[in-house]
Amino acid sequence: MAHKRRDMLIDPMVDNNPITLQVLGICSALAVTSSLQVAFVMAIAVTFVTAFSSMFISMIRNQIPGSIRIIVQMVIIASLVILVDQMLKAFAFEISKTLSVFVGLIITNCIVMGRAEAFAMKNPPIDSFIDGVGNGLGYGLILMMVGVIRELFGAGSLFGITILETVNNGGWYVPNGMLLLPPSAFFIIGLIIWAFRSWKPEQVEEREYKIQTVEAH
Amino acid sequence: MEELLSLAVKAIFVENLALSFFLGMCTFIAVSKKISTALGLGISVMIVQAITVPANNLILNYLLAPGALAWAGFPDVDLTFLGLISYIGVIAALVQILEMVLDKYFPPLYNALGVFLPLITVNCAILGGSLFMVERSYDFTESVTYGLSSGFGWALAITAMAGVREKLKYSDIPDGLQGLGITFISAGLMALAFMSFSGVKL
Repeated sequence: MAHKRRDMLIDPMVDNNPITLQVLGICSALAVTSSLQVAFVMAIAVTFVTAFSSMFISMIRNQIPGSIRIIVQMVIIASLVILVDQMLKAFAFEISKTLSVFVGLIITNCIVMGRAEAFAMKNPPIDSFIDGVGNGLGYGLILMMVGVIRELFGAGSLFGITILETVNNGGWYVPNGMLLLPPSAFFIIGLIIWAFRSWKPEQVEEREYKIQTVEAH
Repeated sequence: MEELLSLAVKAIFVENLALSFFLGMCTFIAVSKKISTALGLGISVMIVQAITVPANNLILNYLLAPGALAWAGFPDVDLTFLGLISYIGVIAALVQILEMVLDKYFPPLYNALGVFLPLITVNCAILGGSLFMVERSYDFTESVTYGLSSGFGWALAITAMAGVREKLKYSDIPDGLQGLGITFISAGLMALAFMSFSGVKL
């Protein structure tokens, strides 16, 4: 049992990552990664919401009528997100300003809904909680990877602390400003997916068309 | 009038919901394999967006904002913390109503869009549009314009993406990059192209 639960926690990080394999939660993932601090807060917020919404939904899963389950799930998720939003506004106002609408958008983050629907409706509360934490961390892992690349090479710092002294401040590093702009996040995630799938070839998608080699006469 | 026009152009091109704020990415990636389905989804998003943003604007101004309940005799009440839950409720309810209306009066359209309508409730572009409306404190006319044009921008982006992907499936892509990976990279290139609109001033 303990072994199974550890697998449930580790599995979503690499083998079944919500972003690179299940294609969930990309919506808000990209916009918040231009600095590592913001990405970190976002990862914690999503892990918190996924874990607790899965747990609560799983607790009442036998009482929810099938026809209105989406609305019930939405209400639970939205309440948790309001909680996170108010906490951020109270204790980390600057970060909550940078995150702007993306805290609210955790509600429609497909990871939260996806795990509630696919796992929490069928499993007991503790397992659902662990599954939620695992998936939140899998999401956070990609978020942090993108955040590190974008902030280190785009601004020469990590968590706001200068690592590579930029030319403007008298150092040697010429920052790549493009990495701070939205399109770079697409490229980085695309490349991360490429790296993951070269490492784990069983995740590669089937081709619709194959290029055939024609033998010369 | 000119202000509204510039707001519309900004919402369609410069601040495109899909390509510069990454909203509605899950559906953007998942449903952009064929132009026809992408167009159907794009149009439904546009309709829903054009209705929900103004509706949420009314909810905010007459129920939730500080002092908004003065007409009911509660001038000191501030319900803005209920914002998120009300917006998502309004969206879910409106999508449901739209589905029933279409089913009753426009069956061909319902059959064409039917599959996508429930998906729209959890499309971040819709909730995102309403949240941007709140954050930038648009008034009612502005929110009508913003809803319509941001929905149009999203539809434009997903249709263009589907066009790219229809051609892309014939090309020889490295194994690991096949499918999701190359889709991200092409979306990135499209986003770069859309950034060139940012110099446009009206």
